[in-house]
Amino acid sequence: MATIKFTDEHEWISVDGGVATVGITDYAQQQLGDVVFVEVPEAGRSVEKGEAVAVVESVKAASDIYAPATGEVVEANAALASAPGDVNEDAMGKGWFFRLKLANPSELDGLMDQAAYDAFVASLA
Amino acid sequence: MTDAVSTQTAPLQRTPLYDLHRELGAKLVPFAGYEMPVQYPMGILGEHNHARAAAGLFDVSHMGQIRLTAKPGHDLAATLETLVPADIRGLQPGQQRYTQFTDANGGILDDLMVTSTGDHLLLVVNAACKDADLAHIRACLSDRVEIEPMFARGLLAVQGPKAVDAVARLAPAVAAMTFMTGAFVRIDGAECYVTRSGYTGEDGFEISTPRDACAAIARRLLDQPEVKPIGLGARDSLRLEAGLCLYGHDIDTTTTPVEAGLVWSIRKDRRAEGGWPGATTILQQIADGPARRRVGLVPEGRTIAREGAEIVDGAGAVVGKVTSGGFSPTREGPVAMGYVARAHAAAGTKLALMVRGKPVPCAVAPMPFVKHRYFRG
Repeated sequence: MATIKFTDEHEWISVDGGVATVGITDYAQQQLGDVVFVEVPEAGRSVEKGEAVAVVESVKAASDIYAPATGEVVEANAALASAPGDVNEDAMGKGWFFRLKLANPSELDGLMDQAAYDAFVASLA
Repeated sequence: MTDAVSTQTAPLQRTPLYDLHRELGAKLVPFAGYEMPVQYPMGILGEHNHARAAAGLFDVSHMGQIRLTAKPGHDLAATLETLVPADIRGLQPGQQRYTQFTDANGGILDDLMVTSTGDHLLLVVNAACKDADLAHIRACLSDRVEIEPMFARGLLAVQGPKAVDAVARLAPAVAAMTFMTGAFVRIDGAECYVTRSGYTGEDGFEISTPRDACAAIARRLLDQPEVKPIGLGARDSLRLEAGLCLYGHDIDTTTTPVEAGLVWSIRKDRRAEGGWPGATTILQQIADGPARRRVGLVPEGRTIAREGAEIVDGAGAVVGKVTSGGFSPTREGPVAMGYVARAHAAAGTKLALMVRGKPVPCAVAPMPFVKHRYFRG
């Protein structure tokens, strides 16, 4: 059973075993509007928690995506290159960005769970 | 994720369509001192594609409308020509022209549309510049010209290949109009001034309405099956695809009409005579060629270069800067425009755009990026 955590920069990270899948939340894609380009990190890249590792571009603007945890990128979602709109259609599913082999799973302890994130988003309205 | 949209707390003005925008579910943002719709629930991509395929309704009431009338004994057209490089004396009643207010150095204070009604000249200027434009006109022309700002009027743009079908249903006379002409037309009982023009590259109309009639006319237009409301987001991507300059981005006081590629708007007889601010500089640049020029740029791949990105040559030397860049929904890829040194301005020249520290290969490309479809009769 995967555990999903959220950052206050509106990334989600779903952990199953030692590997985590990262994307942006449905709230984030709604705020961005139509996504037209996503730049994902290459497999094999080591990333630090908080490091800008991907970019999502909407018609309006470019936004950085930060690594929610330290680790090694083991897979990027290559489908986004030709179908960036997947981020709008299914942000928490087929719109995922990359998978990370976690170096220090305890880093996730400081992130929000679903209830905390929902409350956070409600506080932004 | 970081949100690039800034917030502003200063009091904002509202156009006559504010309530309608809210009703239509628009996302409103501060723009040039107004609370304006950036997009509606359809989203920018959908709105953009709808304007290219059918017709879009844009609220451009924030733009400034100014009426000029000659004082006794003065020639109105000749007087306005002292501020702009276009041929205004040659404007027949009902004709419209695009031009620029220039400063003493040949820089662009604003770009504008001028239409002759025969009795008056009607100016449409940019929202962010309108107060400065009015002060400029008053300072330079008020001894010879009556100057009437009509900033409270409504201004609606209907743009797209089916715009004529929609607008002609409410005002049949507009169907016979050609690109860059204007006429007084009654719509929904109100006297409007309609021009066949716009800023999307599509056929379409701009409709100047009395303030109180604006919302009702907008609703009548939205009742037409072809028409959907379009926000500022798609307005920007449409005008970028059309290769049209956005004031404050692609043109400003540091750029001349020659550098901006707007020489077509300066008629030959005016080039011979001069007589507008900065004419010496502008005519010299026409004769010698400007040191830099606005060009279209098409990046390879899908990476989007936005305003401010540096343009570099093969050796990595900076040769210019992007002034507008974004995603072209019609071409399904990125496009940009910017200024480059003249040696690099020829179509086909290979350059690169610096995006997030990395060079993205691009080529200088002819504009518009998407073919204009004006109705020339």
